[in-house]
Amino acid sequence: MNVTTKYDRPNSYIGSSVPRPNAARLLQGRGRYVDDKILPRMLHAAFLRSPHAHARITRIDTEAARALPGVVAVYDGAEIARHVTPWQGVLTHLAGMRSPDQPALAIDVARWQGEPVVMVVAQSRAIAEDALALIEVEYDPLPAVTDMEAALTEDAPRIHPEIDSNLCWQRDIDAGDVEAAFDDPANTVVERRFTFGRHTGVTLEPRVCIGDYDPSEDRLTMHYSGQAPHMMQSVLSRHLGVPEARVRVIAEDVGGSFGIKIHTYGDEIATMAAAKLLKRPVKFAADRLESFMTDIHARDHRVTARAAIDAEGRLQAVEIDDITGIGPYSVYPRSSGIEGNQVINLIGAPYELPAYRARLRVAFQNKVPMCQYRAVGHPIAMAVMEGIMDDLAAASGRDPVELRRINLRADDSYPSASPQGMKFADLSHQACLDKLLDMMDYERLKADQDRLRAQGVYRGIGFVNMVEVTNPSPMFYGVGGAPIAAQDGATARLDASGAVHVANSITEQGQGSESILAQITADVMGVDLADVHVTTGDTATVPYGGGTWASRGAGIGGEAMLRAATALKDQVLEVAAAILQGRPEALDIRAGNIVDRDSGQIRMGLADLGRTVYYRGNELPDGVAPELIATRHFKVSDYPFVFTNGIMASHVEVDAETGIVTLLDHWVVEDVGTILNEKLVDEQIRGGVVQGIGGALYEECVYSEDGQLQNATMADYLVPMAGEMPDIRIAHVSTPTRTSELGAKGAGEAGTAGAPGAVMNAVNDALRPLGARLSQMPMTPERVLKSLRQGG
Amino acid sequence: MSATLPITLTVNGESVSADVAPRVPLVDFLRETLGLTGTHLGCAHGVCGACTVRVDGAAVRGCLMLAVQADGATVETVEGVSDSGEIADLQDAFHRHNALQCGFCTAGMLMTAAELLDAGGPPPERAEIREHISGNYCRCTGYQSIVDAVEEVAQARAADKGGQA
Repeated sequence: MNVTTKYDRPNSYIGSSVPRPNAARLLQGRGRYVDDKILPRMLHAAFLRSPHAHARITRIDTEAARALPGVVAVYDGAEIARHVTPWQGVLTHLAGMRSPDQPALAIDVARWQGEPVVMVVAQSRAIAEDALALIEVEYDPLPAVTDMEAALTEDAPRIHPEIDSNLCWQRDIDAGDVEAAFDDPANTVVERRFTFGRHTGVTLEPRVCIGDYDPSEDRLTMHYSGQAPHMMQSVLSRHLGVPEARVRVIAEDVGGSFGIKIHTYGDEIATMAAAKLLKRPVKFAADRLESFMTDIHARDHRVTARAAIDAEGRLQAVEIDDITGIGPYSVYPRSSGIEGNQVINLIGAPYELPAYRARLRVAFQNKVPMCQYRAVGHPIAMAVMEGIMDDLAAASGRDPVELRRINLRADDSYPSASPQGMKFADLSHQACLDKLLDMMDYERLKADQDRLRAQGVYRGIGFVNMVEVTNPSPMFYGVGGAPIAAQDGATARLDASGAVHVANSITEQGQGSESILAQITADVMGVDLADVHVTTGDTATVPYGGGTWASRGAGIGGEAMLRAATALKDQVLEVAAAILQGRPEALDIRAGNIVDRDSGQIRMGLADLGRTVYYRGNELPDGVAPELIATRHFKVSDYPFVFTNGIMASHVEVDAETGIVTLLDHWVVEDVGTILNEKLVDEQIRGGVVQGIGGALYEECVYSEDGQLQNATMADYLVPMAGEMPDIRIAHVSTPTRTSELGAKGAGEAGTAGAPGAVMNAVNDALRPLGARLSQMPMTPERVLKSLRQGG
Repeated sequence: MSATLPITLTVNGESVSADVAPRVPLVDFLRETLGLTGTHLGCAHGVCGACTVRVDGAAVRGCLMLAVQADGATVETVEGVSDSGEIADLQDAFHRHNALQCGFCTAGMLMTAAELLDAGGPPPERAEIREHISGNYCRCTGYQSIVDAVEEVAQARAADKGGQA
């Protein structure tokens, strides 16, 4: 599909699927990931971690470890705590949320298997690990609280004695007359209980960091594999006692993050503390076992859903009870409440819904901490609502598409709001549905499905209508007291050679952030893409801003870039007009030259202008004091979030003998507003879909009853591999957001948000003639077979 | 632990001699001793494929082979096959298809794909490409763009061969 924008003209890059300029060096093995960096006198950290989910630490003996040649320092939790203040992962706008102080390393009590207990710093990682084996720690095991529902019973052991229960947070929503809808005998009512397993990010590059402290200037540098450098700068300053302006956080190439590397991890903070104490660089690189046992986990919900439609099929009410287990602490500084909050906020969002009631309970438990991961809460909200829609369709004898069409918010109904108070604008559910049905040839698929069922082949089609929270305003985190910027900044400057250098506070983890910044700049400035040079990921050199998360890079950082580049262009034209004795309005920049706007005649090159300004300022007319640098910031106002919308369909075949689900096709129609680079958008969606499929079919952190993680290797924790994945077809509807000039909404999480529900509905569509239904993810072959036994 | 063994091997066409501890994996030797950081370590237990390098012509997991086992071997890494131009067409196709995002799996993916492309015979079907790279984990792309890139190069190389014949 060709996307035409208002920016079409020479050097028109907005909307063009140009290859990412910064991918070339990654293809040649010339990336700069944190573990690639070897600093002079650098030491290596390793951590002894609790083998118990919950245990009192009664004795720590590190004498033998300290004596090992090559070991430089050994710290336990109490020693680190003398140099690092604890943190609390609560947000004030999530009223009533509580979480106790969390230390960098466990002190007295370990609360999950994998929590760091002792840190060794040595001349090599191998020596540090040798030293770990020489440390003796005695534990007095305590009862492990693992089941989220059991955690909230009155007689459950308390994970934190200072809090009166294991409840971190509860939120209730009650809007409209839910009871009346369920009591009306004319209505069709369905109820279903869903279970969503824990999974985790499995970034191919594990968490890695280097701390580098210069005591002569009291400056701490963190080489960081992550998404939010300025947030980390503030976190390090707050808890290590270094002035914020003397903390520098550098994020160069990042080997995947997906929300995993945006949180505060005790081992990383302890590594920074060790660098400060030892006045030498210290590196910590998590190994894969540590990744599984310490990277944040995600999802882990049990949801009971009830819904009613009237005789015409119109939704009358939805009621939700969601309980989620978050491990022993709410994660700092984003909190572990946002996930569940999004679940109850987003359920039903695509539809006209008059009444809604929800209860969310967030429970502490002795497992790895749970927090925001790609598509935060969305996969749960979409899978629950769309599963219920299929149940309502079946119960009322309607085709699933027909029921959705009856209830979708109309494309001409915006702005509008949900019973939860979510504000919607510029969405296109109806247009997306039409486009999807065309693309997938729904009628033919249904006919094939019927024909194959007669032959004992069980295929299913599943749909998900969805919204996605993107471009968040300060109402997401900043309002709750977190040091997380909702605005982003961009600087653009012209150098003496006529090249344009830009810096932006959004970051790159492979999405193409730097590419779209270059595209926007080249487009506005009228220069070749190769003449734009982009810097991101360094608090010492980029403007202040939030970073890349919550599908905000293009929409917020991109808009700031547009404004900065526009301001630079104005500066350039003003200088050019002075030199050329004309008016700025009569000039333009095309293909790197100042031209007459009307005739296109070249008046001077940008390089000539740069050299004149920087080398031969004497030639400038009197009173002309050029600035060829501009910075602009942007945040979303008027709307708390810029929602996107989309629809997906999954087509699967279920083998009733083996329980294996084969993915045949997957279709997506998504509305991300203005498309800056369709290729990059499509690849974000594809990767996201596959990540969602992982949660739907394969990925689960399996725990024993006493809180031992059973599958902490990549051989045991299954992720999607190439052999099982389908080709994914994508189309677009483009409704630019009214909140910015650029009109771009986010694209990074939609795939992950919708895919699990689509696959679950497709599996259940395949199982329906066999009388079986699955409501638990991942839908492993074992669970498929169990459902067949129970159903048949 | 401090005892070392002397090894001599050829890395990207250059003879290298070093004393290494027996427990050092090949990937650590390449990355830390030789500074060839283009090869990455993803899981250290042979599952993710990020550390795939070529040893005596075969694609090998650099985390499952010890450096001392590579004594006398010829090792090629992504830096070597990049500088020689050997996989320039594959890299170009990866670039155009956006067959990489974070880039961490890319070196291993390229080495694995190059093995398939070098295997001879008719150009592989998509399913065969998917099967061949199914030991290389990519969290970012969803694999389709990688399959697109490899398929395009396989067909282009086959067409080139046909043209020359």
